[in-house]
Amino acid sequence: MSKISNAFKNGKAFIGFLTAGDPSLEKTEKFVLEMVKAGADLIEIGIPFSDPIAEGEVIQRANIRALANGTTMDKVFETVKRIRQKTQVPLVFLTYLNPVFTYGYDHFFRECSEYGIDGVIIPDIPFEEKGELMPFSDKYNVDIISLIAPTSEERINKLASCARGFVYCVSSKGVTGVRNEIKTDLQSIVSSVRSATNVPVAVGFGISSPQQASEISKYADGIIVGSAIVKIIEEYGNDAATPLFDYVSKIKQSII
Amino acid sequence: MLKGRYGKHGGQYVPEILMNTINELEESYNYYKNDFDFNRELDTLLKEYAGRPSLLYFAKKMTEDLGGAKIYLKREDLNHTGSHKINNVLGQVLLAKKMGKKRVIAETGAGQHGVATATAAALMGLDCEIFMGLEDTKRQALNVFRMELLGAKVHPVTSGTQTLKDAVNETFREWASRMEDTAYVLGSVMGPHPFPMIVRDFQSVIGKEVREQMLEKEGRLPDVAMACVGGGSNAMGLFYDFIGDKSVELIGCEAAGKGVDTELHAATIAKGQLGIFHGMKSYFCQDEYGQIAPVYSISAGLDYPGIGPEHASLHDTNRAKYVPVTDAEAVAAFEYLSRTEGIIPAIESSHAVAHAMKIAPKIGNDKIIVICLSGRGDKDVAAIAKYMGVNIDE
Repeated sequence: MSKISNAFKNGKAFIGFLTAGDPSLEKTEKFVLEMVKAGADLIEIGIPFSDPIAEGEVIQRANIRALANGTTMDKVFETVKRIRQKTQVPLVFLTYLNPVFTYGYDHFFRECSEYGIDGVIIPDIPFEEKGELMPFSDKYNVDIISLIAPTSEERINKLASCARGFVYCVSSKGVTGVRNEIKTDLQSIVSSVRSATNVPVAVGFGISSPQQASEISKYADGIIVGSAIVKIIEEYGNDAATPLFDYVSKIKQSII
Repeated sequence: MLKGRYGKHGGQYVPEILMNTINELEESYNYYKNDFDFNRELDTLLKEYAGRPSLLYFAKKMTEDLGGAKIYLKREDLNHTGSHKINNVLGQVLLAKKMGKKRVIAETGAGQHGVATATAAALMGLDCEIFMGLEDTKRQALNVFRMELLGAKVHPVTSGTQTLKDAVNETFREWASRMEDTAYVLGSVMGPHPFPMIVRDFQSVIGKEVREQMLEKEGRLPDVAMACVGGGSNAMGLFYDFIGDKSVELIGCEAAGKGVDTELHAATIAKGQLGIFHGMKSYFCQDEYGQIAPVYSISAGLDYPGIGPEHASLHDTNRAKYVPVTDAEAVAAFEYLSRTEGIIPAIESSHAVAHAMKIAPKIGNDKIIVICLSGRGDKDVAAIAKYMGVNIDE
């Protein structure tokens, strides 16, 4: 069992996402620690990619800012090393397959393991293609997080039964981004997942308000917030630490 | 179980949200491709509506002028909508209709695929939305208006480099948010399986016709078959029927922009690395960290950082050869064919014409070259005038 399970030991988990290098890697380090202080149970660190096809405009812009700042895979690993000296919170990467492929699967998973990354989320590798990554995930004990979509239907059993770390339930069709309303019948999807696995189930995509978080946490083990956090960073830039602390505290309180 | 592989290339690297959708597409295609009515309807459309078979024209003046191999032009430029793109869209839009879809979406670079998709959607009564890089909407403003005339809605894409790759990103994003009633009509032999197969099958009519026409005119197969390559649909359409005929040399001409030694090119085979993007494993122009490179070509239709997986595999096995052709060479060929044969080729197709001009004089006059003239050049006239410093504003 990986360290990811620790994230689900303090009641319902709050999982926060930010893009590494937005507005700088120094600030990424500070913001991660600030979110942990505010009660975040797991942090997703986005490694920026030129063409993030699963992201909405907010996170696309963060990717562009981070790359324009010269953020690279090597520098993100250095940042993780510094973060790891200060917190034991479970950390997962979110990135796309090409940067991982180009870095080398073995190289990437080995460094994840060395620097203390517990899992990776790669939106553009579906179950059918995951075989090329699994040997490295196994060798270095870094979980590949399974994503389940509102369109997965009869695939849920297959996807969930091999899940590790946690199951990432995508709340809505489309791309990441704040949504006023989530129309998917999430409860029934979460319960299908539960009948196939005992790993915790977290829901993400579109969640921004305490009301949404509280509602979803009634049946899910955790909630994932990305765009709303990245929006705060976009708005406050270098000064985002305090507003991030306030925001994360508020959401975490809403799901306890 | 790995689907849609061409050697090590291809695959289905798409987000989970689209997996059931592309599986549904694959199943439907596999059913309809053997369906008598579907094929009869498609054949009728290709003949009566698109104007197939397209001519195989002996370019006598060009042949005499270059003083080498005999040159034939496969006149895809004479198809309805002015390029080979119609072959694929008639197939895919008909398939979408059979699948009960009400709406089609597509990316476009030069606008040829967008125009063709808008045309087929108008004909078959489906809603149509086209995603086109903002930069390309400016380079090809006339095509934007053409698509709108045909009833399509054109979305200028402002993300990334605002060209073809970003238009593809945006079309995938749109599809991920609405797939029940919507088909993605992909324009080239790229993307996740089953697209490279579907597009290749619908374009393979080009090579099949060339074979028949060649046997009729010359009593034998050509020695060289060549075409321009961005994603590679007209090239794959020409090559596919000849892959088993080892005597036929296959050459793809990719866009070298300002030159492969500069940063301004889109020469994927010459300069790209193996990667995974837009649903497929193939070669891509990218940096050392796997960030997709901003590519450049005078031709919006070749301005793409990747190449279809079957081409990547034909390159690996040396069955086809891929050569870079610069903007300057393509523009010279554009002018040359216009003056020599009275045919204004698309700037994309001009890349293939340019390479033929290089090799024809060097190979014997007992040899035969077929060039796929994938599109007509009317759309490029303003851009070429600008390139040549000619002011055509009224």
